[in-house]
Amino acid sequence: MGALLFFAQTIRIAIPYLFAAAGGALAERAGVVSLTLEGFMLGGAFGAVLGSYYSHSAWVGLVVGVAWGLGLATVHAVSAIRFKADQIVVGVAINLFTVGITRFFLQLAFGSSSNSPRVAGFGGEGVAGAVGFLTNPLIWMGVLVMPVVWWVVQKTTFGLRVRAVGEHPMAAASVGVPVNRVRYVAVLASGALAALGGVYLALDQHQFTDSMTAGRGFIALAAVIFGRWDPLRAGLACLLFAAAETLQIQLQAAQLIPSQFVAMIPYVLTIIAVAGVVGRSRAPAALGRTED
Amino acid sequence: MNANVKRTIEEAVLPPLVALVVALIVGDLLILAYGQAPSAVWRLLVDGTWGNAYGFGQVLYKATTLTCTGLAVAMSLRAGLFNIGAEGQLAAGGFGAGVAGLALPAGTPAFLAVPICVMAAMLCGGLVGAVPGALRAKFGAHEVIVTIMLNFIVLALLNYFVSAKLHVPETLHTPEVHAGAMPRLSNLIGAFHGSAANWTIVIVALAAVAAWWFLFKTRAGYELRAVGLQPDAAEYAGVKVGITWRNALIVSGALAGLGGINFVLGYKGYYEDGFTGGAGFLGIAVALVGRNHPLGVVLAALFFATLSQGGLAINAMVPKQIVEALQGIVIIAVATSVPEVRRILRNAVSKSGGQN
Repeated sequence: MGALLFFAQTIRIAIPYLFAAAGGALAERAGVVSLTLEGFMLGGAFGAVLGSYYSHSAWVGLVVGVAWGLGLATVHAVSAIRFKADQIVVGVAINLFTVGITRFFLQLAFGSSSNSPRVAGFGGEGVAGAVGFLTNPLIWMGVLVMPVVWWVVQKTTFGLRVRAVGEHPMAAASVGVPVNRVRYVAVLASGALAALGGVYLALDQHQFTDSMTAGRGFIALAAVIFGRWDPLRAGLACLLFAAAETLQIQLQAAQLIPSQFVAMIPYVLTIIAVAGVVGRSRAPAALGRTED
Repeated sequence: MNANVKRTIEEAVLPPLVALVVALIVGDLLILAYGQAPSAVWRLLVDGTWGNAYGFGQVLYKATTLTCTGLAVAMSLRAGLFNIGAEGQLAAGGFGAGVAGLALPAGTPAFLAVPICVMAAMLCGGLVGAVPGALRAKFGAHEVIVTIMLNFIVLALLNYFVSAKLHVPETLHTPEVHAGAMPRLSNLIGAFHGSAANWTIVIVALAAVAAWWFLFKTRAGYELRAVGLQPDAAEYAGVKVGITWRNALIVSGALAGLGGINFVLGYKGYYEDGFTGGAGFLGIAVALVGRNHPLGVVLAALFFATLSQGGLAINAMVPKQIVEALQGIVIIAVATSVPEVRRILRNAVSKSGGQN
């Protein structure tokens, strides 16, 4: 029973990471830096609550949340790909903007600076209720998203193009791959996927709270890097990070390790990975560069 | 006017101009969405910032921190690196200053205590900057990834120290410093009464001048810029690129850390968890709009500080969060459109005969 609970809790924590990391893996493999995952998630969470609040339907919430993610991703894609703006600068700016604009609309729509009213979600509530857990479609989508993205990247023509565009855009262009179009699709898909992570988060808690993603987009990015930009490895990294959090929550009473040190684990592992102390984590060659 | 001067002016004027125009247009739309009259809101914003001494003092206070984080980002970009760890470095600097001020015995004369606390702030910020610097120089680890990750590590570590070791019960801040506190400017100019503007501004102004001097008047600064423009060529010319990168990130971290004294020594008198509130990330915007030039950074810091303080001034009419959204939009607009606008201007000039 304990093991089952641990497993369920790990999955629950991992779902937002899995969605966002799937999006991150896709965009980064196409050569576009994914500092924006945090903003996409937060936008998705807010959109989900807006949609669910006005329609009383979680499904409408899901659609509106994804629309927010797509909208933000469009801004990122247009400035990074069409105008060749610095992707890191724009990424940081999109995150700042999303925090501000969700607060602004929180005030405008619900007259609150901290949280929305309660909205409809999928199935059961919180950790409790195995039935709710199993009937939440986002859980199933979240579990499947990484294998699917892996299949797309490794086994489809589109995936081959994504990889080509992220490694050798010039070579890809010379054999007729529409470099910019592939990148647009990858970034928009990453916006939709990361937004689903936010949708799950908000509907699971049945409300939006200010800055509720709380750095989860960066943990997802850490998982992508720690997983060496491979979707399956990134998915395992998400599960690993989530398991560490679950362990921390369950051991909280025992006070063995301060929670802050457990929270550091993903970031420390990622730094070790990029420093190449144990096996170099190598980025796609054209990551962050659009001057082709 | 010769072409060089013209280009320099264009470089300097274009980004702030784009920033201002975009802020006005998008701001108008958001204000209208909230059902208020834009002109009245903008007037309130100007009155509440540059229109009275208290508001202006607050702008100066906020610009002081932003100047430090902006200089930090600019210093790294001049070396061709992107330090997005200013948030953590700023926090570490504040913590260092707070702990140094606590460690000193009460009654330590200011001419000793202030330099010690300032050094502690720069040392802590510099140490945080040294991590990505050393990893970049030694292993080629990408500084963007390392600095992002380090932000979270540093903030978690400081949160641990404050919540578990050093806090005043029921709060998330340390006890008040025994020495090193900076007097407010209102002691000298009465009209600033109530604002947080303090003598840190003098130290930071000196730091901006020193950063300019270092970048443009010293050999090390020249080498740093050379590495930023063309690392391979610089290496060929005998510059040690790895060491230059490491040093640039240490100096960058130290500059961000210096900003911590503004809150800790100048305003509250203690280190408080979360005091940075995004000022480190806004440093990226400041460096961008300021074109990585110390003078530009100071002016851009004033612009973003005006927006921040202006948000509070207009809060009665529209939610203050509007300025956070505006700041994001301004950064996106400047990063996206400035190269494009410059290209269009160039074309227009060359078509009209290029009279320069």
